[in-house]
Amino acid sequence: MAIALVLVLIVVGSVLFHVLSPWWWTPIASNWGYIDSTLVMTFWITGAVFSAVVLFMAYCIFRFRHKEGQKAAYEPESRKLESWLTVVTAVGVAAMLAPGLFVWSQFITVPKDATEVEVVAQQWQWSFRLPGADGKLGTSNARLITADNPLGINPDDPNSKDDVVVQAADLHLPIDKPVKMVLRSIDVLHDFYVPEFRAKMDMVPGMITYFWFTPTRTGTFEVLCAELCGVGHAFMRGTVLVDSEQDYQTWLQQQATFAQLSQPSKVGALVAPSASKAKVQ
Amino acid sequence: MVDVTPHGADFIPPAEVAEAELYHPHSWWTRYVFSQDAKVIAIQYAGTALGIGLVALVLSWLMRLKLAFPDTFSFITPDAYYQFMTMHGMIMVIYLLTALFLGGFGNYLIPLMVGARDMVFPYVNMLSYWIYLLAVLVLVGSFFAPGGPTGAGWTLYPPQAILSGTPGGQDWGIILMLVSLILFIIGFTMGGLNYVVTVLQGRTRGMTLMRLPLTVWGIFTATVMALLAFPALFVACVMMLFDRIIGSSFFMPAIVEMGEQLPHNGGSPIMFQHLFWFFGHPEVYIVALPAFGIVSDLISTHARKNIFGYRMMVWAIIGIGALSFVVWAHHMYVSGMHPYFGFFFATTTLIIAVPTAIKVYNWVLTLWRGDIHLTIPMLFALAFIVTFVNGGLTGLFLGNVVVDVPLSDTMFVVAHFHMVMGVAPILVIFGAIYHWYPKITGRMLNEWMGRFHFWVTFVGAYLIFFPMHYVGLVGVPRRYPELGDTAFIPPSVHTLNEFITVAALTVGFAQMVFLFNLIWSIRHGRHAGDNPWGAATLEWQTAGTPPPHGNFGKELPVVYRWAYDYSVPGAPEDFIPQNDPGPLTQGRPA
Repeated sequence: MAIALVLVLIVVGSVLFHVLSPWWWTPIASNWGYIDSTLVMTFWITGAVFSAVVLFMAYCIFRFRHKEGQKAAYEPESRKLESWLTVVTAVGVAAMLAPGLFVWSQFITVPKDATEVEVVAQQWQWSFRLPGADGKLGTSNARLITADNPLGINPDDPNSKDDVVVQAADLHLPIDKPVKMVLRSIDVLHDFYVPEFRAKMDMVPGMITYFWFTPTRTGTFEVLCAELCGVGHAFMRGTVLVDSEQDYQTWLQQQATFAQLSQPSKVGALVAPSASKAKVQ
Repeated sequence: MVDVTPHGADFIPPAEVAEAELYHPHSWWTRYVFSQDAKVIAIQYAGTALGIGLVALVLSWLMRLKLAFPDTFSFITPDAYYQFMTMHGMIMVIYLLTALFLGGFGNYLIPLMVGARDMVFPYVNMLSYWIYLLAVLVLVGSFFAPGGPTGAGWTLYPPQAILSGTPGGQDWGIILMLVSLILFIIGFTMGGLNYVVTVLQGRTRGMTLMRLPLTVWGIFTATVMALLAFPALFVACVMMLFDRIIGSSFFMPAIVEMGEQLPHNGGSPIMFQHLFWFFGHPEVYIVALPAFGIVSDLISTHARKNIFGYRMMVWAIIGIGALSFVVWAHHMYVSGMHPYFGFFFATTTLIIAVPTAIKVYNWVLTLWRGDIHLTIPMLFALAFIVTFVNGGLTGLFLGNVVVDVPLSDTMFVVAHFHMVMGVAPILVIFGAIYHWYPKITGRMLNEWMGRFHFWVTFVGAYLIFFPMHYVGLVGVPRRYPELGDTAFIPPSVHTLNEFITVAALTVGFAQMVFLFNLIWSIRHGRHAGDNPWGAATLEWQTAGTPPPHGNFGKELPVVYRWAYDYSVPGAPEDFIPQNDPGPLTQGRPA
């Protein structure tokens, strides 16, 4: 008997917790409001199913609990009921899946006017690279990494020269401009994760991954690593500032390009012997 | 089953007598230690699994203490935290749940439930346990190895798993972990082949496939899946071992680690993830299907009513088993794999919800118009449904590719998989132990300790994992030993973390009561008799309790009916055993 009561309490308690608790996601700062909507809709559908199933169980336990002389019914199956339940479930599942796939197709379709911004991860810090005036990122290769070229940018690629390198510092992004985050890791798996942007993606050494979004609100946002990357995982933090266009340009002017950073005066200072032998691919 | 021997089941050709004799115990050693009797092997498996499970339980306490009180428990370094986390996950999934359901319940129940004297290959069955024990010892050994066990997470993702930034990556930890897994898979394959062949070939006369109890269907299907899925993990382990020991590059691309160029080149870390999850997702159902089967039998027996929609239940088990091989990459939506995979894997993943939902409906509909005895096994079965439905439904968030993007790698995922494949199957294990302990020992478990154990475990586990979803919704990432000062995480989340830790320690304490009950009741429990629950399946119709070597008396039972003839109208009792030749049956499926 107590179990029937506890089941009712679990349903009531869970619903109340959902509605009243202060724990909800951080205010969104990107265009992915659709993701939030799909999630909220999923909460409603699944919450209704959970409540219905558990309350029905509680009723059955209360109504059909053993009493002296009681005998259970004998009913092996009911094709009609089973088919009916299958169809209703399939419809409910489709109702969640369809909008999910629709939003996913948006998520993976990068708008043509999106600016590329490269994120380079290593244990345990974030660096960034912007394409510069030509709008194109130069190629890169882990074998080119030296103390002077920590991101492994290809110096022979003409697109590299004007790339803006933000080494282990804050990234700034202009508001309301779509960005394609091009993700690269030089050692192990990492994951670029800003909760307010909703989007995230793993960074895999040996390949380039991406996601896109449009920042919709100015502010300072913390970057976390969301893929276990060793003992420093929890401390691998960075900062993204979403600026107004004017503030963004001011910041951009202060940044150094790859060409400036690799002035002849600095070349040869700290080249690791193994790295100097590496070939450009 | 067709009887192919002209002499009946008990005839042994003269030339094989000596071989058959080997199977019988002739000394204390061959009776209790190097036994070939599946029932003894089952208890060895279960004892070892519970023993190593206790280690995993203690590790979970240490992790929860660190999460709630990071400053007080500053001696738990990030290194140690990741090692605890990895070992906890690996032990729970592989060495406890898989071993206990298949090696433990599979060994004990399959021969008894299908009406066989033992497994088909008893000697191989014995080897299976000893290799499993060796795998466990190698795993335990890694705690004492230089550098300690691996801290790569139970997913063991390369490249980090074998690099120096991860505990055990360049020490013995990862090597011992991989060797232990390889041993486990070898041992499991020996046992698994046994379970499959015994179900297919060892059934007694009259025990058609569609008369098998759902417990056997669940364990059988899970074993077939495991035999197909574990090889993927096996090759992944061997390849990673090569990458680590001889410097091959199966999973290792060009890497610059801490400013140093590593000699690896051209490998694919994503390839490992595909291999791992090709095993890892079926693994979820390898744990879940035996639980589905067992809980069906618990509900039916204790509600004194046939399981509703038996045939649909069998097909749902087979359907889930098959589908679970084409959903693996839903663990990899944000791994960087080709984004078009998302469409395919989200669709298959949500389709698998349909047969799973059918199972839930049929369990609940079995209660409808039943005669529900709220015994301890029944309470655990009911609690299973609640936690499984809860955890299954949050799977619809994570399976729906775009909803997974913000939630992946957060505490929401941790809450989800603990609810659905931690709490839910373990509640079934408890229910099953309370249900079959009387058959195994001849005694009932103590009722009051059992009820205390149930209430604290069920309510406590719900209080641990339900609020944890919301920690993840806030955005708190998983696998963080401490959150530090993070702007978007409000202080109330820390309070909630402390609450969860207190709940976890409380639930942990209740397990000590359970272990005490297991030991205490062997001598002091109430005598059970042969069939205390009035169950219809064959294991309750044995010649004695506990069942003797050979399980049944001189004659094997002959099966005349399905496993669920409860409350048949006109029958003198509210159950008819499967081997009762009486005429009474109504409308049961063919």
